[in-house]
Amino acid sequence: MRYSALSILRQALSGNRGWKPVWREPQPKPHYDVIIVGGGGHGLATAYYLAKEFGIKNIAVLEKGYIGSGNVGRNTTIVRSNYLLEGNIPFYEFSLKLWEGLEKDLNYNAMVSQRGVMMLAHSDGQRDAFARRGNAMRMHGVDAELLDREDLQKMMPYLNYDHARFPIKAGLLQKRGGTARHDAVAWGYARGADSHGVDIIQHCEVTAIRRDENGKVTGVETSKGFIGCNKLALATAGHSSETARMADLRLPIETHVLQAFVSEGIKPVIDNVIVYGGGHFYISQSDKGGLVFGADIDYYSSYAQRGNLAIVESTMEEGVSLIPGLSRLRVLRSWGGVMDMSMDGSPIIDRTPIDNLYLNAGWCYGGFKATPASGFCFAHLIARNEPHHVARALRLDRFERGYAVDEAGKGPQPNIH
Amino acid sequence: MASLITCPHCGRRPKEEFSIRGDAVPERPAPAASEEAWHAYVYLRDNPRGNIREYWHHVAGCRRWLVVERDNLTHAVFAVTDAREAAKGGTA
Ligand SMILES: Cc1cc2nc3c(=O)[nH]c(=O)nc-3n(C[C@H](O)[C@H](O)[C@H](O)COP(=O)(O)OP(=O)(O)OC[C@H]3O[C@@H](n4cnc5c(N)ncnc54)[C@H](O)[C@@H]3O)c2cc1C
Ligand SMILES: [Zn+2]
Repeated sequence: MRYSALSILRQALSGNRGWKPVWREPQPKPHYDVIIVGGGGHGLATAYYLAKEFGIKNIAVLEKGYIGSGNVGRNTTIVRSNYLLEGNIPFYEFSLKLWEGLEKDLNYNAMVSQRGVMMLAHSDGQRDAFARRGNAMRMHGVDAELLDREDLQKMMPYLNYDHARFPIKAGLLQKRGGTARHDAVAWGYARGADSHGVDIIQHCEVTAIRRDENGKVTGVETSKGFIGCNKLALATAGHSSETARMADLRLPIETHVLQAFVSEGIKPVIDNVIVYGGGHFYISQSDKGGLVFGADIDYYSSYAQRGNLAIVESTMEEGVSLIPGLSRLRVLRSWGGVMDMSMDGSPIIDRTPIDNLYLNAGWCYGGFKATPASGFCFAHLIARNEPHHVARALRLDRFERGYAVDEAGKGPQPNIH
Repeated sequence: MASLITCPHCGRRPKEEFSIRGDAVPERPAPAASEEAWHAYVYLRDNPRGNIREYWHHVAGCRRWLVVERDNLTHAVFAVTDAREAAKGGTA
């Protein structure tokens, strides 16, 4: 069913009894051209673009839980392309351009909201670094504006400008950045993929990868039995080391948990996304009125989708030091998601040394914004066997070759990226 | 994650006193070892779900390096050993 104003009106008149499930629940076929493991945003987007843009029709997405149960439904929904490095900017900008046309393309309301992403600088050095980043962005045709304190005070009067240690000096604004409704992104891509014939198979855990005598991948063992394929694509954010191990691959990745928080709903106060430069705190306001925020990862490696209290405390402290009024609010919920923290903080979209095996991994805490481009570039790679040009820096062998894409310049220490 | 870590030197201490270096399994290759060996040491990790061994530094305590054995899914801590003892073939 195509969604439109007319279809809403029609349904309203017939008591909304005519809405249909938006994807099928098929049984797995014995064999597919392409199997994608992981029904998160990236797996579903990959399936969608493979079918729609690259003409591959016989595709399955295997998801061990349900669609949206992973990080795609746990993130804080920030979408932006304000990166510094050559290997990153074109990729994230391609993604932002896809976000801008996504709802039309999918005929699905993903609530993409270009409300602006503001990164705050609290020292002269940080302001200089932001000026450099803004210039790097503009050289790639990406919008960036450096604002001074007076500009910021007009936009966001509620910030603590005269903090003794982290006074606010400037802000780097990307107006085209913003947020999108995470669940709707998963559902929209699932619906789109399904409508192009992709089989989305939920509650189907991949437990082993089968290979022939030459080492070529021929299919996967799953909780629903063996399923054969010509090409196998892993998009199992947070569990990439576990799935890659099924093919004897070791990855430059460690798994960590990130927490997120939402407050009780209040009237509109925070118009844009704010990123605190004195810590890692970031905040935006959802359409329901809740303030959605988070900060650092939990620092120790973890596969548990829950975090520890020390981070809850430091997140609240950072938040209140930036926005003193936050102390008056109550936190409604908090949760955690486990992510692949890569050795340079950047992702991997690449072939692997194993025939027929493709890898999409290492998204750290920034992969939601990448969902459209990640899907598009991964589909390109799977269909054509060569990297899409905007993803050519995101290779698996870059560490070996000495071409790490280390946006924060922190070195091979996954818990501090 | 457990809130208290039993340092072999300082006793039960809050987790926040420690800084975490990461996986304690990879062994530093000889300086002249091959590039493959160094690449594997610096970048590649097993990253299993379950039992792991990690280097922790008791920064706000005795400042000794420790090896913490724990389960990264249940967050149970099994053992904490001085890293030097562990390297000498102790229990870790
Ligand atoms: C708290 C939090 C906040 C974040 N905030 C932001 C943000 O503001 N902006 C941003 O850009 N990014 C953010 N991120 C990062 C972003 O959510 C992730 O990088 C991105 O969602 C990962 O891709 P995905 O959607 O495909 O992952 P997922 O949704 O996690 O998909 C992976 C899927 O693989 C499945 N799977 C794993 N193993 C198997 C198996 N063996 N068999 C079958 N299926 C399997 C999992 O069940 C899961 O559904 C945040 C992450 C967290 C945790
Ligand atoms: Zn100690």
